Amino acid sequence: MDSKMQQHGLLGSESDSQRTLYPYVTGTSVVALKYKDGILMAADMGGSYGSTLRYKTVERMKAIGKHSLLGASGEISDFQEILRYLDELILYDNMWDDGNSLGPKEVHNYLTRVMYNRRNKFNPLWNSLVLGGVKNGQKYLGMVSMIGVNFEDNHVATGFGNHLARPILRDEWHENLSFEDGVKLLEKCMRVLLYRDRSAVNKLQIAKITEEGVTISPPYSLKTFWGFSAFHNPTVGAEGSW
Amino acid sequence: MSSPAFEIPPKGGFSFDLCRRNEMIAKKGVNPPSFRKTGTTIVGLIFQDGVILGADTRATEGPIVCDKNCEKIHYMAPNIYCCGAGTAADTEAVTDMVSSQLQLHRYHTGRESRVVTALTLLKRHLFNYQGYVQAALVLGGVDCTGPHLHTIYPHGSTDTLPFATMGSGSLAAMAVFESKYREGLTRDEGVQLVSEAICSGVFNDLGSGSNVDVCVITKGHKEYLRNHLLPNPRTYVSSKGFSFPKKTEVLLTKITPLKEKVVVIEGGDAMEE
Repeated sequence: MDSKMQQHGLLGSESDSQRTLYPYVTGTSVVALKYKDGILMAADMGGSYGSTLRYKTVERMKAIGKHSLLGASGEISDFQEILRYLDELILYDNMWDDGNSLGPKEVHNYLTRVMYNRRNKFNPLWNSLVLGGVKNGQKYLGMVSMIGVNFEDNHVATGFGNHLARPILRDEWHENLSFEDGVKLLEKCMRVLLYRDRSAVNKLQIAKITEEGVTISPPYSLKTFWGFSAFHNPTVGAEGSW
Repeated sequence: MSSPAFEIPPKGGFSFDLCRRNEMIAKKGVNPPSFRKTGTTIVGLIFQDGVILGADTRATEGPIVCDKNCEKIHYMAPNIYCCGAGTAADTEAVTDMVSSQLQLHRYHTGRESRVVTALTLLKRHLFNYQGYVQAALVLGGVDCTGPHLHTIYPHGSTDTLPFATMGSGSLAAMAVFESKYREGLTRDEGVQLVSEAICSGVFNDLGSGSNVDVCVITKGHKEYLRNHLLPNPRTYVSSKGFSFPKKTEVLLTKITPLKEKVVVIEGGDAMEE
């Protein structure tokens, strides 16, 4: 499709292109779920440059306004751009000074419009975003992808999390999880991602948002187990084979 | 092109003579029919006394489910079974072929087959065909050296693992295994975990579906639980049943027995072989 467009001269040649063609520094999956008091979200702190794990202290979750929490996977620079847009949005909202503030539903809608519009101009923001929040007792958790697909659910994940974490969440999530159970469930998902996603790092943060506000935990790492006997001695019974 | 003085017999392996012509035809819009794949979830795990294998039962032809209840756990030897994912014809043919080779080997040696024997035969065949035989297998069995579980990839590489998943639903099943597997499971716990992993594939992956097959192999004994779970029953069956449209009316019935018309000559020429 790209080459056909070039032939028609609609988008110019690729060499002087100003559009995003490939992501460079990327973050891997974000997993989030609704629990009793609000939303729990987990993301690791890795920024990969292609196949190198280049940056290991990238905060991929940020609080937005008073009621929302945004987590992003994909191109880190585009995430920072989105944070600038949202900063402006929240600033203008505060300037109204009318006692009302943008809730998670509104921020999600704004992000959907931004992502979809950029995609229509063939210049996408290369991110999958997870937006969670609580306002007036109402919990909200939604996702927007880089092409503008958006939806709302009880548990969401981006990237590899869709394949590895969603099945676990579909089986084990239920209404009114306690905080400890929610964290345990998220850690279970993050551990599977750590084992099976090549761009995952063992340094993650868990963020919680409730009516009171946002808390992002300090970074910590998960315990892993490598002691299976088949790992110690894979060629038992056939020495010298592999 | 100069033709040789005598016909050189083909050397075996694949012949790629028609590839250019196929490409040209595909460009003109006529695509070859898609292969029957077993877009699949297959799993295996090692438990206390042996190996448990599991598989779903859906076979797909592109976007269509062509077989709702196929068998993906293939027999290799009385103590070795193999689950297959990828192109159905390839998995069937390869497992059948190695199964016969193992039988001949058993006659020759007079001993029970070992899992590493099946492993080596399979991996040599698949490597020989450089990945064109698209069979991804989970091979498990119990022999005199203990329980073994291996995965074999289409290009011929193998892994020895305590738990393994393959197929399109492998990530969903692996998520279950990574979070719940531990060493020294009992038989019931193992069957439960395998069923959970296959169900995870069945419900979260579009290429897997229908029922769950399980096979438990222990020393000297095996149990093939075909359709161990049926989590996709046919709902809303009409109680009235089917009624076919009325046949055409019978106006006249005339029966002519054929015996009277046929003349059989006894003692005719016997059939020449």
